[in-house]
Order: sequence, then C-alpha cells, then structure tokens
Amino acid sequence: MISILVKRFVHGVIVLWAVASLTFILLRLAPGGPFDSERKLPPEIIANLEAKYHLNEPVLEQYSRYLAGVARGDLGPSYKYLDRGVTEIIADTLPTSALLGALAVIFAVLVSFPLGLFAAYYRESVIDRFCLFLATLGISLPNFILGALLIWAVALQLGWLQAGRWDDWSSVILPMVTLGAAPAAYLSALLRSTLIETLGEDFVRTARAKGAREHSVIARHALRNSLIPILTVMGPLTAALLTGSFVVEYVFAIPGMGRFFITAVTDRDYPLIMGVSLVYTAILVSANFAVDLLYGWVDPRIRAE
Amino acid sequence: MALELSPVKTTGNRLLPISAVFLLIVISSAVVGPWLSTYTVGGLEAARLLEPPTATHWMGTDGLGRDLLIRVLYGARVSLTVGLGTAAIALMIGTLYGLIAGFKGGNCDHAMMRIVDLFYGLPDMLIFILLSLVFGRNIGGLLIALGLVSWVRFARIARGQVLQAKEFLFVESAYALGASRGRILSRHILPNIVGPILVTLTFSIPSAMLAESTLSFIGIGINDPYSAWGTSWGTLVQDGYRAMRSYPHVIVFPAAAIFLTILSLNILGNGLRDILDPRQR
Repeated sequence: MISILVKRFVHGVIVLWAVASLTFILLRLAPGGPFDSERKLPPEIIANLEAKYHLNEPVLEQYSRYLAGVARGDLGPSYKYLDRGVTEIIADTLPTSALLGALAVIFAVLVSFPLGLFAAYYRESVIDRFCLFLATLGISLPNFILGALLIWAVALQLGWLQAGRWDDWSSVILPMVTLGAAPAAYLSALLRSTLIETLGEDFVRTARAKGAREHSVIARHALRNSLIPILTVMGPLTAALLTGSFVVEYVFAIPGMGRFFITAVTDRDYPLIMGVSLVYTAILVSANFAVDLLYGWVDPRIRAE
Repeated sequence: MALELSPVKTTGNRLLPISAVFLLIVISSAVVGPWLSTYTVGGLEAARLLEPPTATHWMGTDGLGRDLLIRVLYGARVSLTVGLGTAAIALMIGTLYGLIAGFKGGNCDHAMMRIVDLFYGLPDMLIFILLSLVFGRNIGGLLIALGLVSWVRFARIARGQVLQAKEFLFVESAYALGASRGRILSRHILPNIVGPILVTLTFSIPSAMLAESTLSFIGIGINDPYSAWGTSWGTLVQDGYRAMRSYPHVIVFPAAAIFLTILSLNILGNGLRDILDPRQR
C-alpha cells in the first residue's frame, strides 16, 4: 500500500511538471501575444514590456525561471491585472469555485445513490426505466443548455430563485443543479449497473441464506462491494467539479476561477492561463490520490497488497 | 475529466430506431439543406429583427435579421464535421498506437502506456483550450486539438483488446503456421477487436460535439465569422442566450438541435454496445 502511494505521488509530481512544461511550450507556440492590440505600440514600449516580463531572455532561461517560481508557489505576474499576481487572483477566486463544486458533488451523490439503488433493486420496473431515461437525458444535456433552461424557467418565468448573483442560498441552487446534473446522471447509471452485477454474486445469496435482513444485505454486502467503480470516477469527477466548470460560472456570472480562466484565454494573459492550468491539474492529481487512499478503506484486499 | 463511456445500459430499444431516423434527417439536411434554402448565412434583413417563426422564416430570425434555419443547418455541418472528424483522427492515432503497444508487449508496451496514462491524467477541457490557442480557433484547428486529446481512449481500448486476442489459440496456431506479424495483426487480431472500438467510436462523436459546442458557447471555440464554417451551434445558443428573456425562439432551435443530436448518438451508442459487446450488458 505504502509503495503504491509513493509511486502515485511521484506520478502526480511528474504530471504537474508535464502540464507546466506543456502549457509553457504551447503558449510560446501560440500565434499572437498579450501586448498585441488594434493600435500598434511603439517598438520602445514593446521592448520595455518584454524586459519587464523577461520575455527578451532566451526561452530556456524563461522556462527555468518559471519552474523555479512554481516550486516556490509564485505563479508570476498577470499581464492583464497589473496590480495583482496570478497566485493572488487564484487565491481570491478558487474558494468560490470550490464551494460551487463541493455543493454540486453533494447534490450529485444525494441524487444518484437513491436513484441507482432503487433502479438496481427493482430492475426492469417502471422506476428502473425512469431512472435510465433520466440518466441518458442527463448525460446528453449540455450544461450550458440546462443552465439557460433553468434560468429561463425557474428564475425568469416563475421567479422562485435568483440567477446571476452569488450571495445567498437562492442564488446558489440553480448553479449547483446545473453543475451537478450530469455527474448525478452518470453516477446513478454506473451505480445501477455495478449493483446489478453485485446482487447476482454468490456472497449476496449467502448473506440472504443465512437470514441477514434485506437492508443489511443491500447496505453491507452489495453496496459496499459496488463502491470501487464509483470511487474510480469520483476522483476526476470531484476535481472537475471543484475547479468549477467554467461554463456554469460563465452562464450564472459567478466570480470563480473558471471565469477568470476564460477571460485570460481571450486576453492571452499567458501567466494566468498557465497558473490556472496548474491549479486544475494539482486538484485533479490530489483527488486521484485521495481516491487511492479510499480504495484501501473500501476494499481491505487492496490495503493488504 | 477522463471518464469512460456512457455507463447507461440497455435503454429501451424502442428509442433506437427513432434516434437513427432523427440522425439521418440531421445528416441529410446538413448536407442538402443549405443548397435548398433561398437564404444565406450572412444575409441580413434590417426590417426583420428577432422575428418569431413564420412561413418564410421557419425558425424565425436572429438579432441581425438573419434566417435562423440556415444558420442552424450550417451549424449542423460544423457539428457533424467536428464529431466525425475528431472521431476519425482519434480512431486512427489511438488504434494504431494501442495495436502496436499491445502487440509488441514488454518494455515497449510499458513505456507507451506510460505516455497514455500521462495524457489520461490531464484535464481534457484544459488541453482542448490550450491546443486550440495554438492551432487557431477555426474548424481545422479545433479538429486537431480535439483529435489530439481523444485518441487516448482508443489506445487504451485497442491495447486491452489486443492483449486479450493475443492469447487466443488461433493466433498461436497462425504463428505456428509461420504467418507474418503483419498478417496476424491484420487478419487475425484486428477483426476480433472491431466491436469495442466501434462502440468507442460511436461515443466519441457526441463527446467531441459537446466539447466543441461548449467552447463555442463560452466564446473560445470556433470564431471564424468570415467563413461558412464559422457558425457553430454553440455560438448560436450563445446568441440566443442573450436574447432569451424576450425572444426565446432564438435559443430554442439551436439548443434543441445540440441536445437531440447528442441524445440520439448516445442512444445509438448504447444500442450498438448491447449488440456488439454482450458481455458488458
């Protein structure tokens, strides 16, 4: 177990380094720069700007300067927000994205577990068909369309909840549902199919034969043994949601990291793009790491290895 | 988010023929539609801004007085090209890569799969965005960017299947009979792994369409206003989103087009998997 974790940790660091290098190389290759504007700047000013941001140095030197900065937690200056560094911008906006993401994860789990459980237990019934239909729908409905639909129906027509703000509970619900719907659909379909498989296993029959109560058969024998595939997808899923889908932040005008990322892309604010990419990757890597730890808790056989 | 394919299994086969027919309609109207229409993508009518659907403009007009139907039809061309093109690129790179890795085995396989794992650990959307910055925000650039991200899935599936197929007795007998490697790969192994790859292919089309429309919606996808290939369904939904409060028709048609097309493709993929891959049912 320990050796697996160490291996995973090293792998995570390599992934982070790869993303840092990849973004660095890609953004050097990308046509156009942050200081391109409609009005051409005089060459002296360009030279000044390049000197200020060390863009006149050899590429290798820029690269090592960047990596050294990253190692110290300094993601560099933003080209667009002159008074704030990239680290500061991320520190300001990440909590909002993380809160939205955490709410969406909770929503997805709370919806998908009962749905998947019922569907698997009453297989081929009306409930099951309804659950499958809902899951297909949820997987196929892009979240920007769902968001627009919810804003139009719930906020504009019915006036029940707020949209386009981010302060009290009534403005939080719609983004949470929008972000959590697809994962909820995905998880319930996944839980259903693994549970159906587990319910057919011998140990479930044994548990029933020895007279275990039905709810304990489900909860202790079947459900627990179906958690591994769920956990596997929970890693990337949680990471994707915690970093706040930039689409949902865009649709609902939420001041999270994703929105800054989109503006950074249109502004070609390279340090900010690189910084957000690294933070995204770091969260993904640590979510996968956490999942590896949880495997051992769910399945003692893995712990023993 | 490197999730596997849709986990939905056997969703009522009654929907399967409906989805197939719907997709045929979308494809044929995307191909033929723009020729039949009397309007052009850029044709502005200053007197007819944001008109709801009428007999002359079946889907109404947008904020610049352009016929919405013709824009949705051109959008269908873009979406289908992105979906099919990405799938084709990913299929070619990924399957070849996976075949070689699985067939060679040993250290070569190990090293090749390390690279795949690395790609798999990266957030998809992020890499799309970074790559599309490099290759340009037109349909060609987006195709390359999406293809370069989605091949990993094919590589994994193909390698896993080859590893299984290599153990079959008929492969061993082919070796014993002195068949060349190329012949074994193409005649004995490839036909046995087509099923799962085809299923992966069907699911990779809607996920590419989804990624493209999402990027175009937030304004960092296709942005090529002077080309007939510059109208994406995502861009149309974005236009409609701004006018949604008073003129819902502008968002309804392109949004329905994206949703129903992706839904049909997913249903088709589920059906195909049930037929080709009965073990997974």
